Amino acid sequence: MSPVVAAIRKDLLLQWRTRAQVLAIFVFGASALLLFSFAIGPDAEALRLHAAGFLWLALLLSSTLTLAESFQSEMEQRAFEGLLLLPASPRALYYGKAIANWLQLTLVGAGLVPFMVVLYDAGTTRLLGLAGILVLGAAGLSAPGTLYAAMTAQARARQTLLPLLLFPLVVPVLLSAVKATSLLILGDPMGQLRPWTLLLACFDLIHWALCGLLFDRVVED
Amino acid sequence: MESAVDPRPTPAEGSIPYLLIGLGLALLLWGSGWGLFVAPQESYMGDVQRIMYVHVPTAWNAMLALTFAFACAMVSLLRGGWKWDARLEAAMEVGVTLAVLLCIQGSLWAKPTWGVWWDWDPRLTTTAVMVFAFAAILALRRFVDDPVRRAAWSAVAAIIAFADVPIVYFSVRWWNSLHQLQSSPETVSRAFHWPLRINAFGVLFLMSGLIALRARVAELRLRDELGPPLPLPAAAQGGL
Repeated sequence: MSPVVAAIRKDLLLQWRTRAQVLAIFVFGASALLLFSFAIGPDAEALRLHAAGFLWLALLLSSTLTLAESFQSEMEQRAFEGLLLLPASPRALYYGKAIANWLQLTLVGAGLVPFMVVLYDAGTTRLLGLAGILVLGAAGLSAPGTLYAAMTAQARARQTLLPLLLFPLVVPVLLSAVKATSLLILGDPMGQLRPWTLLLACFDLIHWALCGLLFDRVVED
Repeated sequence: MESAVDPRPTPAEGSIPYLLIGLGLALLLWGSGWGLFVAPQESYMGDVQRIMYVHVPTAWNAMLALTFAFACAMVSLLRGGWKWDARLEAAMEVGVTLAVLLCIQGSLWAKPTWGVWWDWDPRLTTTAVMVFAFAAILALRRFVDDPVRRAAWSAVAAIIAFADVPIVYFSVRWWNSLHQLQSSPETVSRAFHWPLRINAFGVLFLMSGLIALRARVAELRLRDELGPPLPLPAAAQGGL
C-alpha cells in the first residue's frame, strides 16, 4: 500500500470515528445559511439571486472548522511527531490529509445544497455541473487550508490565525465558485460557466502542486 | 569543545539606512512641493489629481517591497540564513504599510473623482487582498515563538500568497469587467513627469532605508531569541 493511500485511509478512519464532529460542522454551515437571509430581508427574489454566495460563504466558514479539527487531533499526545518518524515522506501525509479534508468538505457542501434550494428557492436541474463545482471548490479550499492548518495548529491563537491566513488566499475560489454556481442556478445565456470553471481548476492545480511541494518545509524541524 | 561559530545574525552597522531615509524624505519634499505648487493643474480633475505624485510612487514601491519580500522568502527557504528571514519581515512590514497607505490615498482621490470611497476595480481589490494576505503572515510571525519554525512558515506563506496575487487579479478582473482605465506614464503629460519621478525615487530611498533599519531590528530580536545560554568566561565561572 502506498504511503498516500495509507494516509488517506488513516484520515478517513479518523473522520469516521469522530463523525459527530462532521455532523456538528454541517449543522454550523446550515445555521450560517439560515442567518444570511436575515442580512438581506425576506425578499425572495434577492435571496435567490444571492443564494450561491451564501452557500459558498457557509462552506468557507465551515471549512475553517474542518481544517483546524483535522490537525487538532494530531497534536494530541504529539501524534503528528510520531507520524513524521514513519518512513513516509511528509508529502504523503499532506496529500492524505488534504484529500480527506477535500472529501469531507465536498460532503458538507453537498449536504448544504438542499438547504439552499429549500430556503432560497434556488434549484437547478444541472446537478452534475453543480457536483463538479462543489468538488473543484472544495479542492480549492482544502489544499491551502490543510497546509495552513498544519502551521496554525502548532501556533498560539490558532483559532484566529487559520481564517486570517486562509480567507484572503481563497478569494479566487470564492469568486469563481460563487459565479459558476450562480450561473447554474440563474441560467447562463452568455456561456460564462466554462471560463469560471477553468479558473477554479487552475487555482486547484497550482495550489495542490505548490502546497504539496512546500509542506516538507512546514513540518521539518 | 563546542564549535565557536555563533549562528546568530550580526546586524550590520553604519549610517547608510539613515542617509537613505534622509535622502528619500528630501526628495519627497522636493517632488511634492513641485507637484503641489509648480506643476500645472490637470484640466479635468483639477487639484485633486495632485495626489498622483504620491499615489503612483507609493503603488510602485509597495509592489517592489512585496516582490523583494518574495525574493527574501525564496532565498530564506532555499538557502537559509537569518539575514534573509529578518529582511523578509522588514520587507513585508514596509510593503504592507505602503499598500495600506496606497488604499487610503486611493480612497481620498476616488471620493471626489468617482463619487465613492471604494470601487471593486481589479487593482484596488487585489491590493486590498494583498494587504490582508501579508498582514496575516505578519500576524503568524507574532504567534510563533520558535524562530526556526517562524522563518520557515512565514517564507512558505509568503511564497503562496505571492503566487496567489496574479490569480486574484485575473479573477477580480473577470468578476468586475467594468473597471476604469488607469493612468500610466504614457497617459500622463510631460509637464507632470518630473515631480512624479522625483517622488518615485524619494519613496524608493525612504522604503529601502526603512527596510534596512527594520531588518536590523529584526536581527537584534533574533539575536536575543537565539541567544543560547552562553558559557560564561572561565574567570566568571570560577567565581560562581
